[in-house]
Amino acid sequence: MPVITYREALRQALFEELERDPEVFIMGEEVAQYQGTFRVTEGLLDKFGPQRVVDTPISEEGFTSLAVGAAMMGLKPIIEFMTINFSIRALDAIVNHAAKHRYMSGGQFGAPMVIRAPNGKGERLAAQHSHALESWFLYMSGLKVVLPSTPADARGLLKAAIRDPDPVIFLEHAALYSTKGEVGTEDEIVPIGKAAVRREGKHVSLISYSRMAQMCLRAAETLAAEGIEAEVIDLRTLAPMDEEALRATVARTHRAVVVTEENPVCSAASEITKRIYGLAFDELDAPVELVTGPDTPLPYSRPLERQWAPDETQIIEAVRRTLARAS
Amino acid sequence: MDKNEVLRIYREMLVIRLFEDRAGVAYMQDKIGGYLHLYIGQEAVACGLISALQPDDPVIASYRDHGHYLACGADINEGMAELYGKATGCSKGKGGSMHLFSKEHRFYGGSGIVGAGIGLGTGLAFALKYRQQKGVCLSFFGDGACQTGIFHESMNLASLWNLPIIFVIENNGYAMGTSVDRSSSEPEFYKRAAAYRMHGERVDGMDLFKVRETADRLIPEVRETCRPVLLEVMTYRYRGHGAADPGNYRTKQEVEEWRQRDPIGMVESWLLKNKVIKEADVKSIHAEVQAEVEECLRFAEESPFPAPEALYEDIFA
Repeated sequence: MPVITYREALRQALFEELERDPEVFIMGEEVAQYQGTFRVTEGLLDKFGPQRVVDTPISEEGFTSLAVGAAMMGLKPIIEFMTINFSIRALDAIVNHAAKHRYMSGGQFGAPMVIRAPNGKGERLAAQHSHALESWFLYMSGLKVVLPSTPADARGLLKAAIRDPDPVIFLEHAALYSTKGEVGTEDEIVPIGKAAVRREGKHVSLISYSRMAQMCLRAAETLAAEGIEAEVIDLRTLAPMDEEALRATVARTHRAVVVTEENPVCSAASEITKRIYGLAFDELDAPVELVTGPDTPLPYSRPLERQWAPDETQIIEAVRRTLARAS
Repeated sequence: MDKNEVLRIYREMLVIRLFEDRAGVAYMQDKIGGYLHLYIGQEAVACGLISALQPDDPVIASYRDHGHYLACGADINEGMAELYGKATGCSKGKGGSMHLFSKEHRFYGGSGIVGAGIGLGTGLAFALKYRQQKGVCLSFFGDGACQTGIFHESMNLASLWNLPIIFVIENNGYAMGTSVDRSSSEPEFYKRAAAYRMHGERVDGMDLFKVRETADRLIPEVRETCRPVLLEVMTYRYRGHGAADPGNYRTKQEVEEWRQRDPIGMVESWLLKNKVIKEADVKSIHAEVQAEVEECLRFAEESPFPAPEALYEDIFA
């Protein structure tokens, strides 16, 4: 199987889906002529033309609302935000309209659209360009929230998202774009709502998604050297969440550490933890540990930013805390 | 407009007027709850403009959407049932007054968010152009919506991208209790079109003939050229912003002055003067309209509320 970057995997999915369905189009700032600020849409303008790969003015609310209107008519927009931080301007269109149209119209109008953006902490991008907002979208009934961590999942989940009749918030990560992995060339979709067991283990479950899922795998390698076998669950989708995967992993290991790169309060991590308690309380031999960033904005200065970020050491310490509890 | 068309629209305006009036009564009886924004006084705007459209041209409005819903030809029974929150409502009881929708009659809804239809309507026009359909979108909103950011962004996008949309400002002088003069640095809204190199014009919305004449001129041009237009329609609502609005921000005299130019009265006079109908016909038409509205009230009363399972339905496809 070819080894390609996460970025290239996304690009392939966009290429193939635009080819497959003439009602799919891409819209966003710098997606066309500039080739995309993260180069995910590179080459698409040349292939599909300006009608289907549309450069917008700086009007997040305007073009997102336009996309929701177009989706009401059955077109399939893919909106790109340069960073999820800029989605805040468009939240009315996403939350009050895209998420609610099907419900409020009694099923007459849906919002078959995808909103893609890099989400979470970059490198010294400072507070306004570094937010992880997945919990905001997880909170809203009517939105699906997908966060692939590997190139194969990026391709398969983006295909699934584009074909999904409902609005999908597709959260990428700046630090993942250049990571590599094996990706098949078949027209394969990865189903939304299914977690992946990245590594089997019996002593503790590391539950995560996106960049942190990859960090959990590295922490698991380190732990293995001490004879601690960590199971790594990559949720891949937050909404709808794979509750069976959560229940099953805790039933196997009896200890859980939830790892995300968010602010802690009302985070996706806290929601995952709540669900674990609901699904598998009797299976737990220790309280669920959460590893997230602290309750602060992201600072610019490199050492402070490093201090903010969850790292392998914190994951390992969390694992030790769960193991320190007697069974 | 030919005489039969005037007669048809006259009847349509009467239906809307009586529907709204009875909805107001039902609201006082708590059969309708939440918010109720009545269209009484503004009937010529929706009827005059929508009647000039082709069958596939999309229409989108604000929360004051009952008139537009009915002028699109959507089902009156389902409309009242929706206000009553019944399962037989156009939105299955899940939307209510501000969220009437009819896919069948290409009515893309009301919205509870001021200005929402401006942005969404721009997307409807975008879709028409994308599919190379020669259509025109009518997006109706109020004077208050002209101050939103989405107004500005949508004007720019529509003009920049040549989208076939007519942005219809139903200027009734007040955004809830705030007059145009208290909220607008440029209160002559149609002039704002110049900032986007768009055509803007103003028309008297109490005069059905003027509204329809404007529509007959602008709609084919937008269809052909795909150049968007900002159309400011001067109108007035006789009732408050919503059902619970005491209306302390305007004088009884002002309301009376606008009532003197009642749009339905004007059309009725025209029909009588041009001998399309006789006085006796006025009575019989009123009786028919009354019967139609009574029937939709009966339908709404007798329809069931949604089943408990409906709470969880239509979140996803």
